[in-house]
Amino acid sequence: MADSLLQTPLAALHAEYLGRMVPFAGYAMPVQYPGGIMAEHNATRAGATLFDVSHMGQAILEGPGATLALERATPADIDGLRIGRQRYLLLTTEDGGILDDAMCARLGLDRLFLVLNASRKHLDIPRVQSLLPAGVTLTPWPDRALLAVQGPKAAELLPSLAHLPFMGVAETTLLGAEVIATRSGYTGEDGFEISVAADQAEGFARKLLGLGITLAGLGARDSLRLEAGLCLYGQDLDETTSPVEAGLTWTMGKRRRMAGDFPGAERVARDLADGPPRRRVGIAIEGRQPARAGTPIHLPGGEAIGIVTSGGFGPTVNAPVAMGYVPPAQAVDGTPLHLLVRGKPVPARVAPLPFVPHRYIR
Amino acid sequence: MLRFTKDHEWVSLDGSLATVGITDHAQTALGDVVFVDLPEAGRVVEANESVAVVESVKAASDVYAPLAGRITESNAALSDDPALVNSDPSGAGWFFRMELADVGAFDALLDEAAYAAYVESL
Repeated sequence: MADSLLQTPLAALHAEYLGRMVPFAGYAMPVQYPGGIMAEHNATRAGATLFDVSHMGQAILEGPGATLALERATPADIDGLRIGRQRYLLLTTEDGGILDDAMCARLGLDRLFLVLNASRKHLDIPRVQSLLPAGVTLTPWPDRALLAVQGPKAAELLPSLAHLPFMGVAETTLLGAEVIATRSGYTGEDGFEISVAADQAEGFARKLLGLGITLAGLGARDSLRLEAGLCLYGQDLDETTSPVEAGLTWTMGKRRRMAGDFPGAERVARDLADGPPRRRVGIAIEGRQPARAGTPIHLPGGEAIGIVTSGGFGPTVNAPVAMGYVPPAQAVDGTPLHLLVRGKPVPARVAPLPFVPHRYIR
Repeated sequence: MLRFTKDHEWVSLDGSLATVGITDHAQTALGDVVFVDLPEAGRVVEANESVAVVESVKAASDVYAPLAGRITESNAALSDDPALVNSDPSGAGWFFRMELADVGAFDALLDEAAYAAYVESL
């Protein structure tokens, strides 16, 4: 492992639990523990698991008019977000591409808590800062850990958070630590993402493990989010992808779409009016062979029409699953496709997302 | 007789017929195997030619012909139960058999002690 990799506040815990560490977005992160990805995936669907996602960027945006200020960087309706609620948003580029996808929780009238992708936070922070009016500040919060507790048993194991609605947020004391907890996640299951001071993170994580919650790594996180049809920035989304192409029109507030007062509004309006040139779809694959990101998508026996952006084996569906982009004419459930895996065509079909139904508690 | 390669494959020899699989070290590194793409019988292969692919939940990895020869059989059991590669990598989880072009080349592969030392050095 290169010495230059950053470590999360749980590095010692990962070592103790024999996490297999891999480089990810500049951090040494556990891809799995000895039980393996399949077991960690299944434990998340059946019980509750703990993911260290402290590599993600955390930041506080605050000052008079903070919500409208953030709207300068995103097509999401932030001003309409109620205090105590969180929203998924896209940061857009001037060209209408996606700079990042992020979570924004409204902690107070003029106080927002942002969670950004590890691989993008170094771009997001200066970009948003450059758009803010005087008096509103965006301050990175690097000395924080972020722990995700995911699975159908999460709320019964953390009863003091059970009152939170889906996408609710609370600043509270949990297991003796001051935390910001949201009822959200990246697995399709019920659960929480919990921000805690870095110097308290290890003790806090040990208390979670003491409740019977078990560790899961980035490998299971990826297979869970793919089954849940959730996008991974850098694979399913990037600066060339428009929100409409990605099927994320729902993240853009109606007021915002009408006003067109956000970066890239022209492209979004064009995609909405004329239809986008391509759409993100789910892809179900015949047989057992996974098709990974980068696999060409063809018409059966015909020309290349798109590319797989995420693909792997879905342990819960017990079959290979993928997402990718195809032209609108092929973006219809059931459309037959061929995926060219190592030069051999593998029959597949456009399939509805998610592959595994979300089980959020609303 | 058992030999090994630096690609973490094992090779056992019976006359001029070699059976090839991946080592316990390799299956541990790969994690849960979900699919194995195996070569057709009759295919003539060069040493170090990619002849099979093993897919885990996370990633795909090539499996190479350890020596030159002709594939005679692939392990059909892996189609139904690819997890045999994890549960019994040096037995029921074998990948393919091949008739070696040069049986003498077998001895040039790593013996058990040399492979163990190689894994230790990683």
